Amino acid sequence: MSEPVITVRGLGKRYVLKHAPRSDTLRDTLTAGARGLFRRFTGQADPSSEEFWALREVDFAINRGEVVGIIGRNGAGKSTLLKILSRITEPTTGRITLRGRVASLLEVGTGFHPELSGRENIYLNGAILGMSRAEIRRKFDEIVAFAEVERFLDTPVKHYSSGMYVRLAFAVAAHLEPEILIVDEVLAVGDAAFQKKCLGKMNEVARNSGRTVLFVSHNTAALQSICRTGLWLQQGRVVQRGPINECLAAYLGAGVEAAVFTPGDPARPHLTSATLDRAALAAGRLRVSAGFHSPFPLGRPVLGIILYNRFGLPISGSNGRMQGTSWAPPAASAGTITAELAHLPLHSDTYRVSLFLGDAVQDYDEKRDALEFDFVSPHFHPETPRLDVIGSADFPWQWSFTPSSPAGN
Amino acid sequence: MTPPDASAALSAPELVIEAGRAEAHYWRDLWRYRELLGFLAWRDLQVRYRQTVLGAAWALLQPAITLVVFTFVFGKLAHMPSGEVPYPLLVMAGLLPWQLFANALSSASGSLVSNTHLISKVYFPRLVVPLSALAVALVDFLIVGLLYVALCAWWSFWPDWRALLLPLFTLLGLLAALGAGLWLTALTVRFRDFRFIVPFLLQLGVFLSPVGFSTTTVPNWRVLFSLNPMVAVIDGFRWCLLRGHQPFYLPGFLIGLGVTALLLASGLWYFRRTERSFADEI
Repeated sequence: MSEPVITVRGLGKRYVLKHAPRSDTLRDTLTAGARGLFRRFTGQADPSSEEFWALREVDFAINRGEVVGIIGRNGAGKSTLLKILSRITEPTTGRITLRGRVASLLEVGTGFHPELSGRENIYLNGAILGMSRAEIRRKFDEIVAFAEVERFLDTPVKHYSSGMYVRLAFAVAAHLEPEILIVDEVLAVGDAAFQKKCLGKMNEVARNSGRTVLFVSHNTAALQSICRTGLWLQQGRVVQRGPINECLAAYLGAGVEAAVFTPGDPARPHLTSATLDRAALAAGRLRVSAGFHSPFPLGRPVLGIILYNRFGLPISGSNGRMQGTSWAPPAASAGTITAELAHLPLHSDTYRVSLFLGDAVQDYDEKRDALEFDFVSPHFHPETPRLDVIGSADFPWQWSFTPSSPAGN
Repeated sequence: MTPPDASAALSAPELVIEAGRAEAHYWRDLWRYRELLGFLAWRDLQVRYRQTVLGAAWALLQPAITLVVFTFVFGKLAHMPSGEVPYPLLVMAGLLPWQLFANALSSASGSLVSNTHLISKVYFPRLVVPLSALAVALVDFLIVGLLYVALCAWWSFWPDWRALLLPLFTLLGLLAALGAGLWLTALTVRFRDFRFIVPFLLQLGVFLSPVGFSTTTVPNWRVLFSLNPMVAVIDGFRWCLLRGHQPFYLPGFLIGLGVTALLLASGLWYFRRTERSFADEI
């Protein structure tokens, strides 16, 4: 069982990011456009573009029957790695050797067509995932039973509830029988009961069949129950590979976001460190502490904090000055200021914190994006829409219903 | 789930993924994914006429109206000669392959972009996508073929043994559409400009191809005219279907064959070269 089925050597993937060129007049826009067009056709490098390595010098080997959980922050390169292993996109550098049939599930319900019925979509989706018609026919009843959609088999899936849709899609994928199975964050769908069922299926696949599974998830409990090995990616590199519990502990531990700052100008008041309390965060509280140092006592030291979402948009900010006279610490030339929120009303995502140091009248130092953290909301619901649609804030909405009065009024 | 066959796993071929590496098993993979090709074509056919009142009649309506207009304009107004052949049959014998080509080309050109969600999430030989577009066009062609049969019955002008060669010319028309379609669909992934070029190209093409008239009416320009690969296909169709009333013109056929081969070879080359970056650029 020690024969590697996946060997990855020196893997790298480079993307070229395009920046919108600055153009102030129509003529600028036109000439820039023409120049850009010329460059695109001739293949010259565009000065308004920037390179970005999603993966860099990634090396690892995975043995037969190993079930590996891939962990890391958003943007660490997990999805890129899966896409390369699935042959959807090509690596820029490096070499991968795969032994065995690969099936990947990067999204639930890829290729489902809303106009087609459940039955038709099972065949279509199965074929897209690489199953033969005979294979699908053989497993058809099993798939339908797993998805619990017997009654709606001949209804177009556009009339399905989102739960039914997801159940059907997962059911097809769950009946794939490849030697190597690659699964992206797809368990975060459906209702709690169905998630449990999916997890059970994943467990069964992983434990009993000798299949090699690569599994990306932010769901710590799922990772712990399914995987034995972990692979931790950070900024496109492998930080750690080992038993899943050790990897998770290291990854989550590294999340105790702490930073130490070197002063730009020691003659000015400056921030020296920042820490974010992981335990508090896990309980749904935000607790940020920042140390400062000043060559002269600050009359009324003030810490400013701004919280940004993943897209860099500010969500909320505050500082001591805004508290008026209720913020009255003694004058000091060194110390730690702590800002705390008893309840962090945010959806699960990655957030960043910028910090500012000042006194009653002015700011002296700023640390942009000093901290970054993954927040897992205790109220997480699998049917939460994408955050670029609904925003990052999760206000405690109160709902009520008033039935309309009887007819005739 | 049953455990995968261990011996099969061990004997499974080794697959190497590397930058710029041509895949050794591409054509075998394409064969393995032939069912997917069928499913994609079937999906497009299934979905196309859902929520329409006339349904599959749409496949007939468009060529029928074009037939009436062309017969009127070229036959009645311009008095183009057609020999002993009823003019509508002359037009229909040209319209049949032209519709096949136009449908195949326009759906093949748009095929990659309209399947973006598949290309960015699943692996399969990307050639499956434009090929399935051809299959859809072929089904439409067969439906329009029924219209031709009806016209034959109306004028009692049935084709002879030459009609047996029709599949050959159908294939030639499909390959011409595939060659051009591979270029256009791969280019559209990168430059969406080509989406606007295709309808324009087809609009011009219907007049640069002998759809509404016979090639025998342009004898001086025939060689130059033959550079359009559809000229050979349409002439071939007329030769097959009109009992040889339109004589077989070998130089034109050979030129058409050459241009089609060139288009197809270069289209395949460009498609295969750019295929690996489709997921990143689409």
